[in-house]
Amino acid sequence: MLELKGLSKHFGGVRAVDGLDFAVKKGEIVGLIGPNGSGKSTTVNLICGVFPVTSGTIAFGAHDITKAPPHQCLSLGIARTFQNIRLFNELTVWQNLWVAQNSAKHRKERGFLGRWAGGRGQARRSVERYLEFSALAAKRDELAGNLSFGEQRRLELARALAAEPDLLLLDEPAAGMNSEEVGQLADRIRSLKGQGKTVVLVEHVMELVMGVTERIAVLNFGRKIAEGTPAEIQANQAVREAYLGTGAKI
Amino acid sequence: MDYLYGLAQTIGVHTIIGLSAYVVLQTGQVTMAQAAFYAVGAYVSAMLTTLWGLNILIAIPVAALVAMVLAGLAGFPALRFKGLMLVVATMALGEAVREFFFNFDYQIAKGDLKVGPAGAEGFRQIRYFYERGWTTAEVAAFIWMFVIGIMALLWWMDRSRIGAVLRAVGEDELAAQSVGINLTAVKVSAFAIGGAIAGVGGALYAHYTTHVEHTAFGVLMATFAIAYPILGGLSSVFGTLIAVVFIQGLLIQWLPILIGGELRNLLFGLLILLAMNLRPRGLIDPRVARTLRGLFVRSPNA
Repeated sequence: MLELKGLSKHFGGVRAVDGLDFAVKKGEIVGLIGPNGSGKSTTVNLICGVFPVTSGTIAFGAHDITKAPPHQCLSLGIARTFQNIRLFNELTVWQNLWVAQNSAKHRKERGFLGRWAGGRGQARRSVERYLEFSALAAKRDELAGNLSFGEQRRLELARALAAEPDLLLLDEPAAGMNSEEVGQLADRIRSLKGQGKTVVLVEHVMELVMGVTERIAVLNFGRKIAEGTPAEIQANQAVREAYLGTGAKI
Repeated sequence: MDYLYGLAQTIGVHTIIGLSAYVVLQTGQVTMAQAAFYAVGAYVSAMLTTLWGLNILIAIPVAALVAMVLAGLAGFPALRFKGLMLVVATMALGEAVREFFFNFDYQIAKGDLKVGPAGAEGFRQIRYFYERGWTTAEVAAFIWMFVIGIMALLWWMDRSRIGAVLRAVGEDELAAQSVGINLTAVKVSAFAIGGAIAGVGGALYAHYTTHVEHTAFGVLMATFAIAYPILGGLSSVFGTLIAVVFIQGLLIQWLPILIGGELRNLLFGLLILLAMNLRPRGLIDPRVARTLRGLFVRSPNA
């Protein structure tokens, strides 16, 4: 479904991502981990078209999205969340979900005018569904900026889902959460699999990564140093060295 | 009485130019080009009515369309700039357009009179309303028809998804793109809509003053255009109207009557500073706007 081939991104002399090959199959929940600065977030930004790639290609289904701008990636079915929450703070919870319905699917369903002005029946039903999903129905008219941190995280996830994506890129969704919230997030991510979504999870919180993913790729200095099931990754010597330094014993 | 109608005309036209900037400001772009589109609207419409005898109800939409096309074209290069760079770029465009009209000379003979834009002297003899014997009150009513129409349109836009999309772009461009909003389309559309509205304002201005010249379309006018919505707040179209009444009515017209002299200039600045300090998010800030909305209409999501 998603295939990165020889993907590189250099910022001046810094090789943030360096010849990364990585593929995700439909319906998978894949983890992308690595120490700070290993290129995880950059990879997400490259997939979404935030930065131009230095070299390599990105394919999504039958489309080559190497050069696609962010809004086009979403329209094709890739939605994301951000490492530091980026909601529209001056819009209400409801409006945050309302503006997010821009995928090709929505367009086809609603037509050009309907998408902008009318088409509100369908848009509303969809918004309601994700308000329910993120347990924010009671806060629908609250400004997003007034929500608590945990609620903002939930809203951001709901906003990405409101675009009805096939592929969801989650960039450190558990950052700053307590373990109870992480547990709830894990349940939500697992329930996405049931809805046929494909998920790439970039995360530092190992409790979450090991609990929900089926396969993990480990990055270090922009390169992939290991790939495998959670159990394999936990046993992998190269991964331990990347995180803890050479010669470390656990 | 005519004084009040005259004031109503000024307030009406300034509200329109303020609203033209309101749309663009909502997308987070600070534009100093509104005076240029205002000028285009003024000259184009006045030429249509005065030189070629068209009905004003045709001249105004045509002028708005020309201003809209120019604004749309200006919007594309402006996309590459942000913040202060955009201010400078749009200011340069505004000055270029003003210079154009400074040098624009196109007159035709009407009876024993030559009429039309005459460069630095400006465009005199825009006598459409006079020739038809409209009173000041009638002209004011005509202007306010447009003010109310534009305010109603923007009020609806604010409440529709379009308004939410404009604000989303204004708040966080990357997040907006990531939820599938096409930045180029939204920003250029905002510029174009703002240009069309400014064009309408210019057309009305030219016809009620009967005489336009390039000096009316300089940086001062461009500053007023963005000052109204910023002072009034970007949460509601009524903020812009209130700011215009506050500046044009209270500060410029009534303050000199109340106190007069040097003190007035001091107080002018002080009152603006005071207003901005007391209400940093505009005279009508998001909270007041929500309360107002609650008075008139049910929540859109209920």
